[in-house]
Amino acid sequence: MSAHSFDIAHMLAGGLVLVSFLLLYQDRMFALLNVFALHAVVLSASVAWQAYVQDAQHLYVPAAIALVLKAIVIPVALRRVVIRLGIHRTIENVAGIGPTMLAGMGLVGLSMVVMLKATSPSVDPLAREDLALALSVILLGLLMMVSRRNAVSQIVGFMSLENGLILAATGAKGMPLVVEISIAFSVLVAFIVIGVFLFRIRERFDTVDLQALDEFRGERR
Amino acid sequence: MALWGVAVLLGAAILGTLLQRAGIATRLVYGLCLAVCLAILGIAAWHLLLAAGPQSAQLPIGLPWTGAHFRLDALSAFFLVLTSLGSAAASLFAIGYGAHEPSPGRVLPFYPVFLAGMTLVVLAADAFSFLLSWELMSLASWALVVAHHHEADNTRAGYIYILMASFGTLTLLLAFGLLAGPDGGYTFEAMRRADPAIPGLVLILALIGAGSKAGLAPLHVWLPLAHPAAPSHVSALMSGVMTKVAIYGFVRVAFELVGEPSWWWSMIILVVGSVSAVLGVLSALMQRDLKRLLAFSTIENVGIVFIGLGLALAFKAYGMAAAAALALTGALLHAFNHSLFKSLLFLGSGAVLTATGERDIEKLGGLIKRMPLTAFLMLGGCLAISALPPLNGFVSEWLTFQAILLSPQLPQWGLKLLAPAAGAMLALAAALSAACFVRAYGIAFLGRPRTPEVARAAETDRFSLAAMAACLALCVIAGILPGLLIDALAPVALVLTGARMPVQTTVSWLSVVPVAESRSSYNGLLVLLFITVSTLLTIEAVHRYASRAVRRGPAWDCGFPDANPATQYTADSFAQPIRRVFGEVVFQAREQVEMPPPGAAQPARLAVTLRDLVWELLYAPINAGLALATDKLNHLQFLTIRKYLSLTFAALIGLLLVVAIWR
Amino acid sequence: MALIVGLFLQGVQMLLVLAVAPLLLGFTRTVKARMLRRRGPPVIQPYRDLLKLIRKEAVIADNASWLFRASPYMIFAATWVAAALVPTFATDLPFGWVGDLIVITALIGSARFFLALAGMDIGTSFGGIGSSREMLFASLAEPAMIMIVFTVALIAGSTQLSFIAEFLPDNAGLRVSLGMALVALIIVAVAENARIPVDNPATHLELTMVHEAMVLEYSGRHLAMIELAAAVKLLLYVSLIACIFLPWGLAPAGSGVLAYATGIAAYVGKLLAGGFMLVLIETSIAKMRVFRVPQLLGAALMLGLLGTLLLFVSRSF
Repeated sequence: MSAHSFDIAHMLAGGLVLVSFLLLYQDRMFALLNVFALHAVVLSASVAWQAYVQDAQHLYVPAAIALVLKAIVIPVALRRVVIRLGIHRTIENVAGIGPTMLAGMGLVGLSMVVMLKATSPSVDPLAREDLALALSVILLGLLMMVSRRNAVSQIVGFMSLENGLILAATGAKGMPLVVEISIAFSVLVAFIVIGVFLFRIRERFDTVDLQALDEFRGERR
Repeated sequence: MALWGVAVLLGAAILGTLLQRAGIATRLVYGLCLAVCLAILGIAAWHLLLAAGPQSAQLPIGLPWTGAHFRLDALSAFFLVLTSLGSAAASLFAIGYGAHEPSPGRVLPFYPVFLAGMTLVVLAADAFSFLLSWELMSLASWALVVAHHHEADNTRAGYIYILMASFGTLTLLLAFGLLAGPDGGYTFEAMRRADPAIPGLVLILALIGAGSKAGLAPLHVWLPLAHPAAPSHVSALMSGVMTKVAIYGFVRVAFELVGEPSWWWSMIILVVGSVSAVLGVLSALMQRDLKRLLAFSTIENVGIVFIGLGLALAFKAYGMAAAAALALTGALLHAFNHSLFKSLLFLGSGAVLTATGERDIEKLGGLIKRMPLTAFLMLGGCLAISALPPLNGFVSEWLTFQAILLSPQLPQWGLKLLAPAAGAMLALAAALSAACFVRAYGIAFLGRPRTPEVARAAETDRFSLAAMAACLALCVIAGILPGLLIDALAPVALVLTGARMPVQTTVSWLSVVPVAESRSSYNGLLVLLFITVSTLLTIEAVHRYASRAVRRGPAWDCGFPDANPATQYTADSFAQPIRRVFGEVVFQAREQVEMPPPGAAQPARLAVTLRDLVWELLYAPINAGLALATDKLNHLQFLTIRKYLSLTFAALIGLLLVVAIWR
Repeated sequence: MALIVGLFLQGVQMLLVLAVAPLLLGFTRTVKARMLRRRGPPVIQPYRDLLKLIRKEAVIADNASWLFRASPYMIFAATWVAAALVPTFATDLPFGWVGDLIVITALIGSARFFLALAGMDIGTSFGGIGSSREMLFASLAEPAMIMIVFTVALIAGSTQLSFIAEFLPDNAGLRVSLGMALVALIIVAVAENARIPVDNPATHLELTMVHEAMVLEYSGRHLAMIELAAAVKLLLYVSLIACIFLPWGLAPAGSGVLAYATGIAAYVGKLLAGGFMLVLIETSIAKMRVFRVPQLLGAALMLGLLGTLLLFVSRSF
């Protein structure tokens, strides 16, 4: 593999981290869904590039799945869910965009340090860094789930976390297709379940704002 | 030889005490101080530029078995140049300003002692004389802070100041004790040769002791109270010079006396420096009092110096001597530059105070027309402190940035992540300080006068103007010929880090080269030349091709100019966007508006609350704990005789038990 | 002899910058109008505006000070010198080593300092609002710029622009940190030049003005200088993006006349492309509320910091 190809792999992995930060920055629902579609597009480009470079034909399928399912089907479906439920279009943060982005920076630094310390230096350094970037995407997805008050944005955070896992798996050589299909199906199932839940919650309580729900459950001070 | 100067200063103090009432006393004392400071400046500059070897002196005063050692080496000479420049400027200013002093008897005796104390600290070569001079400096400045004791704020400021100063001296005492070791080698020479037992603890104690005097967060709370309370020339000395003497103490301990540094020391210093820088400038943006604003800005600049020092220690710990020299030179150069422009700004605020009687910038305005020379000099000071080329503030910040660009070579992970964060905080502090000084200068000097007294202000006397003009001239020279200063600092860097920056005077066109000429360079002189040539070309083109007609009329203001000066922007409104963006986190800034219902006659009210989190989280609990403890212990004052006897008896039994068990 | 050629080239650069700046502005306005399905002004309209302004009488408020009259010269001189330090068509300008990227940022900062002071000089509330908002944006845009400078300097090994322009075409390739720096630089350029979504350069409404509020009291030749300085500042940022991220076509040291001519043609092409991109951004986003802009600039600062952090961690990012 030439240095040029590693450059592109790095670029795509870094692009995914960049789009994760963009996800953290959004505070409007439709913009969030569009950026999530972009996230999935970058992921599929990265997986396709890995398929080309590793000469592993079976990796083209996960790339296609990510492109069709996560970049087109799921955002469109979520958009319709949002419109039908009449969900509040502004996303509220727990802490404010500034501190959230700062926390994201800290997480990226942490994942860099962890990955570059946990793996041995004899491994190809570029592969270690790709893994570190994938871990950053996972942590940023988790941060998104933790720092949002709206259930739809938490779903998006969960799915960006999935994307990070796929990035990590395709970065290393030899991931079987079976795993990918199962992941894809589990995502679909999770989505259906969550969608059903959302309907029920909305019908019962007239809102999907978690803060209001907590208050109802008596858990909020 | 500089010690003779100190003796003359002490003599001037006695003179001041004796001649309090005489009208000529002020001019005599300050003039004498000016002369002595210039003499010491000459001696120190001579020593530094010639790169002469260290000179020692030993006086038979002080402790009977050590005496008092004094030494003039490269580091001392540099800081002596710094202190004597600042002191000379303040003394020259005070020849004119001191005439307005209502109680000269409370200022004149202590001022020369203050100068003497600072000079002795820099010259001291053993722990005892160092600490004695340090305390002399603190006590003399305390006396000057409480000189105007009729104002309640000043007594509180003095109280907190003396508490923090004593605490700082205690930690320094412990640090020197650890350095001296069990053999008790109190001279710096002995400390250099010996290896201290717990070097980390020594560094932390020195950081606390010297850092609290310099104004590092979280030990900075006394600075914004004490510096504004003193008379203006003393404020200039305290902010511009005394903080640098504290930095000298820290550099002496951390770079020379404590031996080989460890990597984690620099992490603490970087964190503390960055936090001080950003916290200082954000607090300055919230202030209405001009002198308090300048005091907070001192905290910011001290933070920047410590960022440079932290980087230098980190490079030194890993043996990267050239990078360490770069970082150290940048830090010391910033200390020098800051003493120049901060003195200028404080002296200017003193001039404003004498002319208008106001420190609150929200009552000032339009002073650029009433006090044109002061306004021009203050503009130069504001440009310098905002780190704008071609003045001197920019050079030291540029050098610090270049040092940060060298730090990816550090192998330690924590430092690798901390250095870019410190760089970002430094850049943020620099941008915010530009905003702070646009606000301060714009509200105080530009616009229309907000009170009638300010509309009648007059220009200050020529001594004050001369002092400020000298400071500004030095700022400009340091900005366009920084190579000379860097070469003068080379022997200091050589001693402390083992390397020096490349020789600057041989670089073509007098540029400044941090590492190698091919990598980066900066030429202040040519930037100034370019700007001047561009301005002249523009003026020429405008005069030739453009209409020269000018007509005066009322302000446009989109068609509705309001004659009332109260409709101008106030200092609080200028800072409001920054308060909303940064202040919500840092100060828990909250705005509350009470709107009366429509038709009601009372005015609407806007209340802005800012909380000092450092005070509430660190000092208030300590205060409460001490109050609790002393309350409990107070009962010991009111016991019966029998109880006192039984206490003595219990102590005796306890000591006998200790002897019995231990033997 | 080489010194004379060098000085001549430097003079050509300075004149080129001054001459092309209004053209870029006019091109941007015309393309924007066409995108919005209007005809728009002719491309040379800014030149006509400047000529009109310098022939007019300057009306100055009664209580304006000398700073008000001197500021346009300072602003213009600082911006012009900063623009002259950016390599546009050649990399070996003789005075390119006078100032590096940090100096350019600081020169823009001094122009802004004087502009903000000029806004406060007359003592009206509009000037105050412009200055205060401008300093807020600057307090975030300047650190973001410094972080971008760090990112680029860590890759190229120097903050000197001539060195960077020669180093990057062959050695850098596609890198994550450069991508982040590019996005951050575009955001900072939009904010610093008072374009949508940060400020609207076309209106004089209090709700939408920052830059226009500060220069509200200026007229005649002073206004002409400030407008030209704003145009040069836009040119500076587009040239900066072109020099760092599209460094092909720059004539190296000691080339012939043909190489310089190619360099100028390439530079003009890059300027037009940059103007077009700016128009795309301006027509597709609405202007933000004032207190959303710090979030945008904070994102740019984070991106710059992230790029620097990645480069600190490993050289291959």
